[in-house]
Amino acid sequence: MIQAALFYWFALLTLVGAILTVTRRSPVLAAVWLTVSLLGVAGLFLLLGAEFLFAAQIIIYIGGITLLFLFVIMLVNLEASARQRQFRRGWPFFVCAGFALAAEFILAFRRQNIAPFLPANAPRLENAAAIADNLLSQQLVAFELISVLLLVAMVGSVWMGQQRKRISREGSSA
Amino acid sequence: MIGPFHYLAVSALLFAIGIIGVILRRNVVVVLMSIELILNAVNINLVAFSRVHQHAIGQTFALFVMAVAVAEAAVGLGILISLFRNRGTVLADELDLLKW
Repeated sequence: MIQAALFYWFALLTLVGAILTVTRRSPVLAAVWLTVSLLGVAGLFLLLGAEFLFAAQIIIYIGGITLLFLFVIMLVNLEASARQRQFRRGWPFFVCAGFALAAEFILAFRRQNIAPFLPANAPRLENAAAIADNLLSQQLVAFELISVLLLVAMVGSVWMGQQRKRISREGSSA
Repeated sequence: MIGPFHYLAVSALLFAIGIIGVILRRNVVVVLMSIELILNAVNINLVAFSRVHQHAIGQTFALFVMAVAVAEAAVGLGILISLFRNRGTVLADELDLLKW
């Protein structure tokens, strides 16, 4: 069954990439493994029949966000911090707590009796057309607000990233 | 047969790994990457339920989550650069100015 094999392959990519992202010492390697993990998620989207999100995931996350991370890693000198201790003290406790959380979620999902996937033979809109239909009718206000959010984020990141004179200790900006 | 439960299980594990990364790592860059992992886990859930209900609204919402993730990454990395310029460190537990 090719569907199941693909699912397990993409799930493996996602989880192994995520684990290596969290555990690698060098931030550059962590960013590369993050790319692998995001590619796995994109594959899962494709298997779920969300072609538009598959493309958006690759363009936005892998083309945009990972690139941004790599850029910042190059800008900020991380050599000194890569040589220091990477994990907080008491990490076995946190790891156990995290996986206990995951086990709890999975047990809860098992008890829920979620309906299985229907075969997608019913004639429906194209994936991108259905999303656009939602976006421009029901969710129009949210769609416009998200553009404002992106504008604010852009202005904010430029403002925060620019070089400014040091603020003096008296509280008045020099 | 792969059902919704399999996708939810992957999503729960990805979420847990992201949470562990946020709590565990001292490097702020990797903490931001872990937050991206958490948001991706949420997106898998949304798309899986969108498939269960044969309705595209879940995918629309996943698109919103992506937009918020982009904004968060941009602002977070801006803060990081400004932080490094002012304090000279990117280790989260050395930033304890407000603790005293």
